Amino acid sequence: MSFSPARFFAVLAKEFVQMRRDRVTFALMIGVPIMQLLIFGFAINTDPRHLPTLVEMADSGPVARAVVSGMQASGYFEVIGTVTSAAEGDRALREGSASFVLVIPPGFERDVARGLSPDLLLSVDASDPTAAAAAVGAMPGIAATAIAETLSGATATAAKSPDPFTVTVHRQYNAEGKTSTNIVPGLLAIILAMTMVMITAVAIVRETEKGTMEALIATPVRPAEVMLGKIIPYVLVGYVQTLVFLLAAKLLFDVPFIGSRLAFFLGFNIYIVVNLALGFLISTLSRSQMQAMQISFFTLLPSILLSGFMFPFAGMPGWAQAIGTAIPATHFLRLTRKVMLKGAEIRDIAPDMAAIAVIMAVIVVAALMRYRQTLD
Amino acid sequence: MTDDLVISVRGITKRFGARTVVDHFDMDVPKGAIYGFLGPNGSGKTTTIRIMCGLLTADEGDGTCLGYDIRTEPQRIKENVGYMTQRFSLYEDLTIRENLDFVGRMYRMKGRRAAVTEALEELGLADRAGQLAGTLSGGWKQRLALAACMLHKPALLLLDEPTAGVDPKARRDFWDEIRRLSAAGVTVLVSTHYMDEAVQCDHIAYIAYGKKLISGPAQEIPGMIGLHTWRVQGPEIGALEAELRSTPGVGQVARFGAVLHVSGTDAVALEAVAKAGMARGLHRWQKKEAELEEAFIYLMAGATDNFSGNAA
Repeated sequence: MSFSPARFFAVLAKEFVQMRRDRVTFALMIGVPIMQLLIFGFAINTDPRHLPTLVEMADSGPVARAVVSGMQASGYFEVIGTVTSAAEGDRALREGSASFVLVIPPGFERDVARGLSPDLLLSVDASDPTAAAAAVGAMPGIAATAIAETLSGATATAAKSPDPFTVTVHRQYNAEGKTSTNIVPGLLAIILAMTMVMITAVAIVRETEKGTMEALIATPVRPAEVMLGKIIPYVLVGYVQTLVFLLAAKLLFDVPFIGSRLAFFLGFNIYIVVNLALGFLISTLSRSQMQAMQISFFTLLPSILLSGFMFPFAGMPGWAQAIGTAIPATHFLRLTRKVMLKGAEIRDIAPDMAAIAVIMAVIVVAALMRYRQTLD
Repeated sequence: MTDDLVISVRGITKRFGARTVVDHFDMDVPKGAIYGFLGPNGSGKTTTIRIMCGLLTADEGDGTCLGYDIRTEPQRIKENVGYMTQRFSLYEDLTIRENLDFVGRMYRMKGRRAAVTEALEELGLADRAGQLAGTLSGGWKQRLALAACMLHKPALLLLDEPTAGVDPKARRDFWDEIRRLSAAGVTVLVSTHYMDEAVQCDHIAYIAYGKKLISGPAQEIPGMIGLHTWRVQGPEIGALEAELRSTPGVGQVARFGAVLHVSGTDAVALEAVAKAGMARGLHRWQKKEAELEEAFIYLMAGATDNFSGNAA
């Protein structure tokens, strides 16, 4: 009954051989840490810079220009253009094409000179409070520098008041800056990605692994009948999950839902379909349920880390944003936040829908190329 | 094709990558026959059966199955064929009745409920219909799978090693069922590597390395090989067996209890061996008709396990 090193080494060696043969597990053992290292090390930045900013410039005097160029120079803001009306600015914030809108009121320069301490309005998309926080924090410093640079000489003496102008920050969509308001709508994208992809992949691979698929396709059944029949039940699971989720978001976290229900419904359906298609694609790549689980998990990591769910999308470098853009969760997450928090209508979410549709087309083509009715 | 051939294929070839699994295979299966499909492991039996029932497309060759083109009409073939896979392929987490009912739905059967109930009664499983299929014993699973692929009353039954891993009693019952179906006019193509099953077939095809070595009515097979056999009885038969194996002119020696069947294709050389043996006076030598058993042992000796051959 003594411990035999020879037997122990035999088991050890066998385990290594099997590990090496199971290529998916092996790839994941190496791939997951590398991926996490790259993402956490290089891609994630909780202090995002170059956030898209629009300026509504009703007065373009030297002080106003100094403020704008000071914002640009700070690195936090990237001035991407000007708007001519408040409605235009609001629309850009709702769509997500801008994170900030700076409003310089008419007669700003004159009022500064008269010492009336006029007000600059900085509207902030606070639906992602982390992303906006640093930029908002930098704003008083930027204003002070602008004053110091421009208000010298005559105007300086004219504007004797301690504050030549003030900056009012208007947090939109999440006035209290609650993290849960940002996280909860995004979580739906992750939950659906997790369950829809994994369940579909495993359900299909199970038939192949157990040998029932061969008998099934030996009957006159058509591939479309098998696929739809297998997938629709999980679509219903997705509906139930979403319903439970929305109720919990409202009752437990008091997350508002102010946008168009129809817009949400459309977006949510296309997102479920894209995830099912991805699950289907994974099933065609897996030989066992275990592999299907592993590959699903592998696709889930970027959905969590690079979609803007946990860390601000704007803070990631270009390459990471490019990967993030290819992930359906990124777009559904934006869509959900827009609809729930920003009151978006269908036209506001059109770009996100289009992006998901493109990703879906690619996945479906890849899946169909991998799937064959016959066994060869 | 002629009307009395259920399967008629010519030059069927299938490659997986660089490996040719089925190599220019011809087959004619007459209506109502029990057609035995024999060959060692990995010889291409399963692949050939899958091609016949439309699950795989052949790279080369053509032919018909039940009068439908195997290349262009797999859908029609699937509707009229019952295919029993090597592995148990019903849902273990569905009940016996649910499994049969599902199969019936796949074939869009009319009067499905009645057919399922009838099948359950014939199987003797009517009182266990609510039991999960996964809890059945190996023999019962086999019978259930057979009932499932016979549910839509196909004219052709393709059985891929249906009795692998089933006990002898269950195998006998299974073959009684096959003969009953055959008597009722169903054509059966069955692959096996059990010799006692092969002798139950009316027609035989032997495949090795994806190539057909021989085919024909079962009783003609030994004659086609040209095998001559002597029956030897007497003391110390084990020693004689070893001696004969290395004697020129002897193709094979098969032992059946205390009796040896000594066979070879060269009748003259074999007779000389027999004469010499008789001259020694120790054993009784008797010329006999070569039978299927000898023929199969001869064929199998000629084609050892195909995996080793193909790996080279």
